[in-house]
Amino acid sequence: MSPSAAAARTMPEIAREFGLSDAEYALSLSILGREPNITELGLFSVMWSEHCSYKSSKKWLRTLPTKAPWVVCGPGENAGIVDIGGGQVAVFKMESHNHPSYIEPYQGAATGVGGILRDVFTMGARPVANLNALRFGSPDHAKTRHLVRGVVAGVGGYGNCVGVPTVGGECTFHSSNNGNNLVNAMTVGIADADRVFYSRAAGPGNPVVYVGSKTGRDGIHGATMASASFGGEVEAKRPTVQVGDPFTEKLLIEACLELMATDAIVAIQDMGAAGLTSSSFEMAGKGGLGLELDLDAVPQRETGMSAYEIMLSESQERMLMVLRQGAEDAARRIFEKWELDFAVVGRLTETGRLVLRHGGEIAADMPIAPLAEASPEYDRPWRAPAAAPMLAADAVAEMLPPPDALRKLLSCPDLASKRWVWEQYDHMVMADTVRRPGGDAAVVRIHGTDRGLAVTTDCTPRYCQADPRTGAMQAVAEVWRNLTAVGARPLAITDCLNFGSPERPEVMGQFVAGIQGIADACAALDMPVVSGNVSFYNETEGAAIQPTPQIGGVGLVDDLDRTAGMAIADGDALVLIGTTAGHLGASLYLREIVGREEGAPPPVDLAAERMHGDFVRRLIAGGRVDACHDISDGGLYVAVAEMAIAGGTGAALHLESEALPLFAVLFGEDQGRYVLGVPAATAADLVAEAATAGVPARVIGRAGGGDLTVNGDWPISVQELAAVNEAWLPAYMSGQRPEEDR
Amino acid sequence: MQAVVIVFPGSNCDRDVAVALERAAGKPPLMIWHRETDLPLADLIVLPGGFSYGDYLRAGAMAAQSPVMREVRARAGAGVPVLGICNGFQILTECGLLPGALLRNSGLAFVCRDVWLRVETADSVHTRAYRPGEVVRFPIAHHDGNFRADPDTVRALEDGDRIAFRYCNPAGEVGGGANPNGSVDDIAGILNERRNVLGLMPHPERLADPRLGGADGARMFAGLVQALA
Repeated sequence: MSPSAAAARTMPEIAREFGLSDAEYALSLSILGREPNITELGLFSVMWSEHCSYKSSKKWLRTLPTKAPWVVCGPGENAGIVDIGGGQVAVFKMESHNHPSYIEPYQGAATGVGGILRDVFTMGARPVANLNALRFGSPDHAKTRHLVRGVVAGVGGYGNCVGVPTVGGECTFHSSNNGNNLVNAMTVGIADADRVFYSRAAGPGNPVVYVGSKTGRDGIHGATMASASFGGEVEAKRPTVQVGDPFTEKLLIEACLELMATDAIVAIQDMGAAGLTSSSFEMAGKGGLGLELDLDAVPQRETGMSAYEIMLSESQERMLMVLRQGAEDAARRIFEKWELDFAVVGRLTETGRLVLRHGGEIAADMPIAPLAEASPEYDRPWRAPAAAPMLAADAVAEMLPPPDALRKLLSCPDLASKRWVWEQYDHMVMADTVRRPGGDAAVVRIHGTDRGLAVTTDCTPRYCQADPRTGAMQAVAEVWRNLTAVGARPLAITDCLNFGSPERPEVMGQFVAGIQGIADACAALDMPVVSGNVSFYNETEGAAIQPTPQIGGVGLVDDLDRTAGMAIADGDALVLIGTTAGHLGASLYLREIVGREEGAPPPVDLAAERMHGDFVRRLIAGGRVDACHDISDGGLYVAVAEMAIAGGTGAALHLESEALPLFAVLFGEDQGRYVLGVPAATAADLVAEAATAGVPARVIGRAGGGDLTVNGDWPISVQELAAVNEAWLPAYMSGQRPEEDR
Repeated sequence: MQAVVIVFPGSNCDRDVAVALERAAGKPPLMIWHRETDLPLADLIVLPGGFSYGDYLRAGAMAAQSPVMREVRARAGAGVPVLGICNGFQILTECGLLPGALLRNSGLAFVCRDVWLRVETADSVHTRAYRPGEVVRFPIAHHDGNFRADPDTVRALEDGDRIAFRYCNPAGEVGGGANPNGSVDDIAGILNERRNVLGLMPHPERLADPRLGGADGARMFAGLVQALA
């Protein structure tokens, strides 16, 4: 909206249109002691938007465990930081770009990647790995193919160009995402521990510098758009989506890291949601200082931009920095070398106020604290979700012979190979990808060392729908298990909390329960939350997504000679770690084979989880494991099939002595379990050792031959398993005429 | 051997190839910014992979006009070995040091995976470490790797033994879906007439370290070092 178009309406009307409640508008009046002008009103509305202020979630986020001896910086900064030894730290965060990616999938996803990369290199880290979690609607839904194609191309288009490998992620489908897909992007970077940069402004009089791309009229009010549910008019919101320029981002990374090698920078913050507004309020707010900006000095892509447009633009690839006085010229030379804009746009003051000058006039003059650190906080009403009842084992009918059910599961949308996705991502650039996509966790070498970082992101939304607390706990546990399965020591997580509207008590109740589940699991597994993001309003016309607290985890591999992958080798004994109870509630078997979505998710026993995982990690570190895979979606049979596919060898499972129905043993999704491939001669000792350690373990079969069999029956060739697993996604995506969008 | 790596805005495999060169040569290459008009004395010039100028006009087209390219062309003309990988290959075709053009992949999508290559000639400093007919594994990662040239040019490449690598299956057979991008005659890499300039889409530097799952690419760098030391 232009100021002149706004003139016909009263300020309270415009405030409502900007997403401010009447109470919030009244608060803005009392803060200013007068009616705000249109620019000031714009600033209030974005800074107090759910997206920027976390006003509905703050109260609960504070309850998460965020500390450990290896945590250098927890939530509240651009990204979280953990110590990884050798004088280095890992810097990481995950963020959502759900709403824009539904409106314009290519650019929405691309700018999601760009934004999370900036959060990480802003802190002085070179990004070394990207991951993403994508949740699409039902494959039958008319928009799904178009969204998959656009989002995957957008993620790849950005990450490939900046030259950061995209090494892992998830991609699943469910009808609850028909109107709201989820695009969560995570970046992991590495910095020297003594060269980390923060956003807290310091030193009144210090110059405030703008670098990167020019400011244009794109993405205005994107943060407000992302703070409301979708109605029927999604297409009309397209102008709020930004356009990404990964080439400029690559230059910005190099220029920033070059400047960061000097001592010029006092504070730095990327311009993400709400652009220049949030970066200036947040930097000054954290430092308890004031800021004067000369908007005429801001590099602009077009003429005649108003103060409102300059402040609210979400043009991409821009940074705001506070420099040491006198460092301007040296800094300018670096950015000029990289052919990026560089402009001194203001100074820090001691007033605690933001003053904007534009065209010889004061465009805004307002206190900073009430819009930043002291912005509103709500205790939204919430209603505890009713837990889905446990589903008795005998309440589930065996619908198909197990080998046919296995074929169906391996080719169902959620379990089908996502090679079609990750082959569109450059997952090898930087030449440090030691374990590529497709395993439990990816492993990237810490450049120039023999150590590595393991990275993964996980969540099982159907569990969270059935029981948000257990589901969230399971998401954290699965991250921890996946890091463990490659031999890493889990360090910390980032969370990306995707929910419906917090204004509905039942959604708020899911959120509160989800936070409790995350908190419980993090505490028990010693894996704190160091960064995160909340995305509410993922609903369309009153229908919310399944709660999706997506968890991203980072672990440390001390010796790259001692990691494990999924590929079993001919002759390996297969050892099952953990307890099998045949839990089929909320399982993939129940949904895909029986056609029911009900029952409680499998219980998560965090103490057992930890004991089993610590035991497995010790074995891997001791070089005693040929292959390791955690058991998750689809259960034991699927896990062993995946190991056979990865190893190109068959396996004979022997499960004759089970007390439970065999199909429940094969497809139950009991937690805290792993399958190991170990040299056959060592299996008996290993099982005895496990018993001593109190860890359930038993030999369940042997790798070898060309077929996967159970109790000597149901042979399926490894080639068939692989073909069934690989076929679905390419076939699905080719079911549409080629698009010309990009 | 002293190598130089030319760094364009948007290059992103410059460090990767520098690491592979240093492993082979025992000393790091010089990294030369594209705005330089002078080049230090060098035994090998490498144009690395990446997205120079974002591939925004046409992959490699802008970089081919960079100030440093005048000197690269002159050195190539004087017989200095040049290696262009991926975006480097695109730049070499755009600046006329190699014939043909790299068009959008036939599948229209970016593709990143290991491919099998048949070594078609060992008669160059770049490929001397391999045996003709040998099958090697390198990764590809590109959106525009579909090599095209008019039939006369392709025939001249063939007749002149200037096709360095072809996409193939693990048994060394071409055709049958082994070609990842639609390149004419399954061509993955070519030499100039003088045989001192090689351009290829696959990335030897990405499998030049056993830690990363293979080292077939390391032999290209080792061969260059042996020939040029």
